[in-house]
Amino acid sequence: MSKSMVLYLHAHQPKRIKPYSIFQVGKDHQYFEDEPGVDANNELIINKVSDKSYLPTNYLLKKLLLEHSEFKLSLSITGTLIEQLEQWRPDVLESFKELVSTGKVEILSETYYHSLAFFYSRAEFVKQVNLHTKKIYELFGVIPTSFRNTELSYNNDLAYWADQAGYKAIITEGWEPVLGWKSPNFVYRPSYTKNIKLLMKNYKLSDDIAFRFSNQNWEEWPLDAKKFSHWASESGQDSEVINIFMDYETFGEHQWKSTGIFKFLEHLPKEWLKTHGHDFKTIAGAVESYPSRDSIDIPQILTWADTERDLTAWTGNEMQVDALNTLYSLESSVMQSEDKKIIEDWRHLQTGDNFYYMCTKWFNDGDVHAYFSPYDSPYKAFIYFMNAYRDLTVRLIQEGIKI
Amino acid sequence: MLGWELPPHHSGGLGVACYEMCKHLADSGVDIDFVLPYTTEHRTSFMNIIPADNQTIDDFKWSGGVYDLKSFPSQDSDCTVDMPLDLTKQHDLYAHNIVKIAKCGEFDIIHAHDWLTFKAAIVAKRISGKPLIVHIHSTQFDQSAGKKGNPAVGEIEIVGLKMADRIFAVSQYTKDVLVREYAVPKQKIKVVHNSVNMQIDIPRNKNLYEYLSIMKSNGYKVVVSVGRMTIQKGLTHLIKAAYRVISIDSKVLFLLAGGGEQKEELIRLTASLGISRNVIFEDWVKGDALKDTFKIGDVFVLPSVSEPFGLTALESLNYGTPVIISKQSGVSEVLDNCFKVDYWDIDLLSEMILGVVNHSSLAKEMLKNSRRECENQSWYKTARNMKNNYEEMLGVT
Repeated sequence: MSKSMVLYLHAHQPKRIKPYSIFQVGKDHQYFEDEPGVDANNELIINKVSDKSYLPTNYLLKKLLLEHSEFKLSLSITGTLIEQLEQWRPDVLESFKELVSTGKVEILSETYYHSLAFFYSRAEFVKQVNLHTKKIYELFGVIPTSFRNTELSYNNDLAYWADQAGYKAIITEGWEPVLGWKSPNFVYRPSYTKNIKLLMKNYKLSDDIAFRFSNQNWEEWPLDAKKFSHWASESGQDSEVINIFMDYETFGEHQWKSTGIFKFLEHLPKEWLKTHGHDFKTIAGAVESYPSRDSIDIPQILTWADTERDLTAWTGNEMQVDALNTLYSLESSVMQSEDKKIIEDWRHLQTGDNFYYMCTKWFNDGDVHAYFSPYDSPYKAFIYFMNAYRDLTVRLIQEGIKI
Repeated sequence: MLGWELPPHHSGGLGVACYEMCKHLADSGVDIDFVLPYTTEHRTSFMNIIPADNQTIDDFKWSGGVYDLKSFPSQDSDCTVDMPLDLTKQHDLYAHNIVKIAKCGEFDIIHAHDWLTFKAAIVAKRISGKPLIVHIHSTQFDQSAGKKGNPAVGEIEIVGLKMADRIFAVSQYTKDVLVREYAVPKQKIKVVHNSVNMQIDIPRNKNLYEYLSIMKSNGYKVVVSVGRMTIQKGLTHLIKAAYRVISIDSKVLFLLAGGGEQKEELIRLTASLGISRNVIFEDWVKGDALKDTFKIGDVFVLPSVSEPFGLTALESLNYGTPVIISKQSGVSEVLDNCFKVDYWDIDLLSEMILGVVNHSSLAKEMLKNSRRECENQSWYKTARNMKNNYEEMLGVT
């Protein structure tokens, strides 16, 4: 009996909007870059995350890929991160290329701007996916065959679209309310599709690493690769795929180096491969090797976020709804302008993080620091966003376009 | 309990706070004799109101109030003046009259509110031997906006704080001021936040501000501030921010309600900035007019330089208007779902005013969440906290 671990890491950084005042609207068209030293400063954050996470993780992954011929993984990297790495950290981009050039690392397709466009404008969504594919091909020389949507947001419509677009695989959260009695440890077929297959995140095992790894109050702390491999191999009956999906930044940023997270990763392939029949597969490799065991029907939107596993962290309050609708209502005017910079800025404003920062779910509980935001309040996040939007409308009006 | 004022004859938050806390203390089973320095009709059944003197409220009012530091001379004025008395004499008279009350009254604890009651409180403590709590709603450090203030008042405050067995401060902010400016040991101070009970408001058809209602239906927005017009309240900063706001959006109006020695200065400042058209000065308002002042606003601003608590911010939320408050306020300890700005940060204040008045989605979300925070902060909780302190001091458990 063979059993495959499917490791998938997602790398993303948004272009954060600087504290952008109404007094700058109409004068300063630069919404993203701020003075060095300011919290929302993107260069600062890119440098920090590169040094703490991307570089050491890539270095280690490359070593593991060379050491273990059986070791493979999938990764995704958003257009907004690629742009910033090109600008400030070409060395990091180079290290990603080295991984892909081993031939054992798959890159996934997604929206270039890490947006929720699928749920607001299908035309815009397709453009962003194409932009991303083009960028990935230019940089890495590969064309992705697996698709992931922002925050693993997913429903039947998305699977149908991806199937029609020719993707072989798509991924989402392995959430019990949609799985029912089924296990996430098999390959599935999304409802209403012909060819595409679905992999669902084993969130219990994934979160053991991503969230609980450094939690000293956790009864299983400390977690090592041996114990984890044992859990993974015991997960479910006759399991075929163990889908370990998480943010790239888990390594070194969410879990600091001092927690031993790199040691854990270093030993994981060795420990997993010790058992006969165990191997690693990329997402594309997994759907090729295993048949789909059943179909999965997900009419509602599922994501990998929060305890609700829905989009409420992005669209749950009035400000977020207002901001999203307002931004997407500009689409035809923006396209009409044919102004590359305006279109780009509009798209950067679509990045999901902008709306995530406006979330008041945690703020209400007084747990204000439970999430990472460059602003000290969700209300400020909204104001700076809307000011940037306003400036965009000023630019369109100046080009003679009706809003 | 020794107080200086109660509604409806009050000049600020002190009277309101005393009234509400007593009502809730009474509910939780505390018997209160509330001593006032004047005689008046009070229709309160939950506590016993004792006039320390038979002077009328009108005689008393002439003397000035708890916020009139300047009219309190630092040296004994000559005593030849007839009635009415000045503030110093009122203060002495209160202490004199308390003697007979302290001698014949049955009570376990003396609880005194702010500096004007301290002399009487100390006398009462000496006569009765009962423990003394002084309750700090505001200090002269706050009222003089961090400047030196009146040394005579400062001295009374210091003596009161020293003689007290325990001190209640209306916020952590006030506790910090007492520790930093008055060198009070921090173990002696307990924070008991003010609160507001969210009320179900009976809607009326018309707002009393007809002009503002008409302007609002024509797309204007209204920014409201309510309070005494003194240096402490930071209104010059609000007016400077108003100038910035109006330069961006001329359809924003400012309604400043209240009175005080700074009012003329503020009117002059407004005129010199050329924004008188947009800034409306209203007098002290009460009852329905006060409710309507809060209600007509799209946002309420509390720009205080140093604010022990800032009850008006909670009242505003009660009437459905979101708030922007200064970081130098006690109320900022109990609210997160609002904008908090340093009182001097005019740029940010104007930014936030524009942000709230121009985005109803933001205003609604903020209001909804901050009202929830208010509801968690009831007088009931505060009263329970105070009662626990009483019991601890009396060794009752």
